[in-house]
Amino acid sequence: MNSSSTQFVASGRMGMYEPIHQIGMWGENFKSNGISNASASIFIAGNLNSSQSILMAADTKLDNQSEDTSQGTLGPSSKYDLEASKPMDKVQRRLAQNREAARKSRLRKKAYVKQLESSCLKLIQLEQELERARHQGLYIGGAETSQMGFAGQIISGIATFEMEYGRWLEEQNKHIRNLRNAINTHLSDIELGVLVENGINHYSELFRMKAIAAKADVFYLMSGMWKSSAERFFLWIGGFRPSELLQVLKPQIEPLTDQQLLDVCNLKQSCQQAEDALSQGMEKLQQTLAETVAAGRLCEASHMPQMDTAMEKLEGLVRFVQQADHLRQITLQQMSLILTIRQAARGLLALGEYFERLRALSSLWVTSSREPA
Amino acid sequence: MEKVMGLASEKGVVIFSKSSCCMCYAVKILFQGIGVEPLVYEIDQDPEGREMERALMRMGCTAPVPAVFIGGKLMGSTNEIMSLHLSGTLNQMLKPYQALS
Repeated sequence: MNSSSTQFVASGRMGMYEPIHQIGMWGENFKSNGISNASASIFIAGNLNSSQSILMAADTKLDNQSEDTSQGTLGPSSKYDLEASKPMDKVQRRLAQNREAARKSRLRKKAYVKQLESSCLKLIQLEQELERARHQGLYIGGAETSQMGFAGQIISGIATFEMEYGRWLEEQNKHIRNLRNAINTHLSDIELGVLVENGINHYSELFRMKAIAAKADVFYLMSGMWKSSAERFFLWIGGFRPSELLQVLKPQIEPLTDQQLLDVCNLKQSCQQAEDALSQGMEKLQQTLAETVAAGRLCEASHMPQMDTAMEKLEGLVRFVQQADHLRQITLQQMSLILTIRQAARGLLALGEYFERLRALSSLWVTSSREPA
Repeated sequence: MEKVMGLASEKGVVIFSKSSCCMCYAVKILFQGIGVEPLVYEIDQDPEGREMERALMRMGCTAPVPAVFIGGKLMGSTNEIMSLHLSGTLNQMLKPYQALS
């Protein structure tokens, strides 16, 4: 009843998206009669060898299981033939066999679904890598994008950012690991201090990258599509909320001195006031842009009398994103001034692990939401 | 420029702004949140606006607007104000100008 279906794997951005995978029907495998070739044919575009090996391992496992079932059913039937065979016993025996077969079928199905889930996760990761590599190819092939004019600039600007962000994430994982080791092995303050400085500089590096990307396409940055979905949920003007940062750090940096408590409290308040001011500025920008776009007579379609004004407003957006990043940066710097080196190291680790967990949560969400209800 | 300096001394906190600039609006909101009512001067509505803009840039302001003066002294634009605020310095400077509630 089922033909091969095209399985769409959610990738980073909605705009540039392709159906890469085709997963053939594997429904035949769940019949409890034990088919000898329990092979799910899965076609993967491209050279994804590792995921193929995972799926082939799943195939062989199923073959073994179906063999076991067929051998299992032979045993009890020979034993029963020796006794006086009443119709009732036969029925009971048949029911027991059915129950056993059904149970084994359910176990096989469970194992198979588990294998599929891990394969799916692996495929998602590989797909993301593939997209990054594709963008890398696009970036290197500058001739193609330059012929596309301004649009080409935007595309290569975003492609560059995505590629650099991928590298930034890998670096970030290294920083987190170093901090974790340092705290566990009780390094000296001087060595910890170096790690803290490197950690904060690494965030500064991200803000520099974002400033350039904002000039290429501020809407892309504002959409947060370069982040994982759970991180995107907390998005505030293209990134995390500085006051939230303080919330995340707080339990990990205690105990604080009275002076530190006061300083952190004041910093939190200033952060919230600054965030509030920027948020209200953004609202005003939205409002005036809406008014500008809505102005003019009816029946003029997309002609806008105040096109220049509208464009000016959009350029104002770039300033807001940059100011939001500036706020993030000075919040980090202020915290490092208030805290001791040891506290700052724990704080940075807490922050890094927090975002790491949000990213893991996003991956988990993608795979778990595929289970049938 | 005398006009700029003259206006800058009219009140404790003076913000040179443009009516179309939403960042200027945000900075005004920030000061109001701290309990200070700044004098906001829209230079795009002034015939000498262009010259005032040039004067502000010459004085070292990173962006012509918003340009914030406290006690007649140029503090800077949004970046400088945000840094001053988060370090706690801004509150100290504004003490004499805060509205008594």
